[in-house]
Amino acid sequence: MQTVLRSASREVVIGDGQPFCIIGERINPTGRKIFQEQLRAGDLSRVEIDVAEQVAGGAMVLDVNMGAPLADEVELLSKAVKLVQSITDLPICIDSSVIDALAAGLEAYEGKALVNSVTAEEERLDAILPLVKHHGAAIIMLPNDEEEIPEDPKRRLELAGRLVDVATGRYGIPIEDIVIDPLAMPIGADTTLVSKTLETIHLVKERFGLNMTLGASNVSFGMPDRAGIGSAFLPMAATLGLTSAIMDARSPALVQAVKAADLLLDHDPWGAGWIAAHRAKQAASLG
Amino acid sequence: MNRDELLKVLYDETLVGNAPRVLELTNEGLGMGLGPEELLFDSLIPSLEEVGARFERGDFFVPEMLIAGKAMSGALEILRPLLAETGAESVGTFVMGTVKGDVHDIGKNLVNIMLEGAGFHVIDLGVQVSPEKFVAAIEEHQPDIVGFSAFLTTTMPMFKANINALEKAGLRKKVIVMVGGAPVTQEYADAVGADGYAADASAAVARAKDLIARRRAASVA
Repeated sequence: MQTVLRSASREVVIGDGQPFCIIGERINPTGRKIFQEQLRAGDLSRVEIDVAEQVAGGAMVLDVNMGAPLADEVELLSKAVKLVQSITDLPICIDSSVIDALAAGLEAYEGKALVNSVTAEEERLDAILPLVKHHGAAIIMLPNDEEEIPEDPKRRLELAGRLVDVATGRYGIPIEDIVIDPLAMPIGADTTLVSKTLETIHLVKERFGLNMTLGASNVSFGMPDRAGIGSAFLPMAATLGLTSAIMDARSPALVQAVKAADLLLDHDPWGAGWIAAHRAKQAASLG
Repeated sequence: MNRDELLKVLYDETLVGNAPRVLELTNEGLGMGLGPEELLFDSLIPSLEEVGARFERGDFFVPEMLIAGKAMSGALEILRPLLAETGAESVGTFVMGTVKGDVHDIGKNLVNIMLEGAGFHVIDLGVQVSPEKFVAAIEEHQPDIVGFSAFLTTTMPMFKANINALEKAGLRKKVIVMVGGAPVTQEYADAVGADGYAADASAAVARAKDLIARRRAASVA
């Protein structure tokens, strides 16, 4: 299964046999006071810095979220999408839970975006999927509904099945444009949670062969030495079928873990990518 | 082991979250004639305060806070009925929940632990709590404070929706409203008309105590 994303001039493919797709997560004001104040004042200069850092770190797609309290997210997301597209040719993952903001972001975007995200809640499916279909975008779908975030991987698989049925059947979205989020949970809150995420990845891969992505930072929340946890988790998840993650590309440890997983899982023929990355580092250190 | 030693060991075992030992020591302490207040205020609460302080400093991590909270809760189950018998006044009752549309609960749970640790009676409504559910819980439990937690900028507007629901139900003046969560600021709390906000679990306890003290003083005056 291959999910193709596009900017105006570049195509990125998420899928089997492809390099693991790093979606840079940092263009997001959550928990960043100064950034939030800047956004409220209409100042998007921080976005340019974050984009540059994610691109330099190896991001292949950029997640853009403009959810700052007391700010106009609809207008900001539209502006940010245009700004990001003016400084990089990487495709964008348009991230909001405000439906009007998603609509504005999609309207402003040139290419084929990834939308982040929709849950299995009927009301949200019926609001967001028509937008996704209209713009020919791809969509991240979360297997949780009005009732619960199920812990049981089998229940998550069931909901993933329902999501696929609704998206393809009711809205005619091509199955390859569905990216399932198997729900990454913080290991610090409960050490049984991450093995359930891994089991979900395995089940979704086996049953549907769909592409999957998740918020990798969730896993290490509240724990020390977070990069060590993320660097172990991502290759484990990739082995079971995770093909992408929303992650901080500024972390060399995380990016290197993902690249090593590509090499070890035979997604980097002859190790060309791994060796090229080494040479680039060498060249940079020689200045 | 004499009384002072017991209080010290209970403090240490609570700090590291050794729930079975905390239970044993609580029972042992009661057996040797220590009062439930002494166990609570001279050992358990100071220990939980230390856990909170270490967490704020970055010396303790989420699992350590959760396990200490669990150990404390076990002791509280034994002590709560005894405290009620002795007529010891609860610091206050706190109804807590993560707002509708939001499923994040780590921060909320940490605040609950610190509140319980400080002597509050906490009623946790869980996650995805609708305005109607908050209203029903406030009518049922008549708490001093209701706490709304949100982790997402997109679910923060539920604070206002909840407050509107309280007003509609004629409950707004009867309960103190506190709000919190990663993206929340004092400015935002003021904008939605909350009575209190705190940036972290320890500050939440201090703020909650302060708000209750003011309200009680105002009702006496």
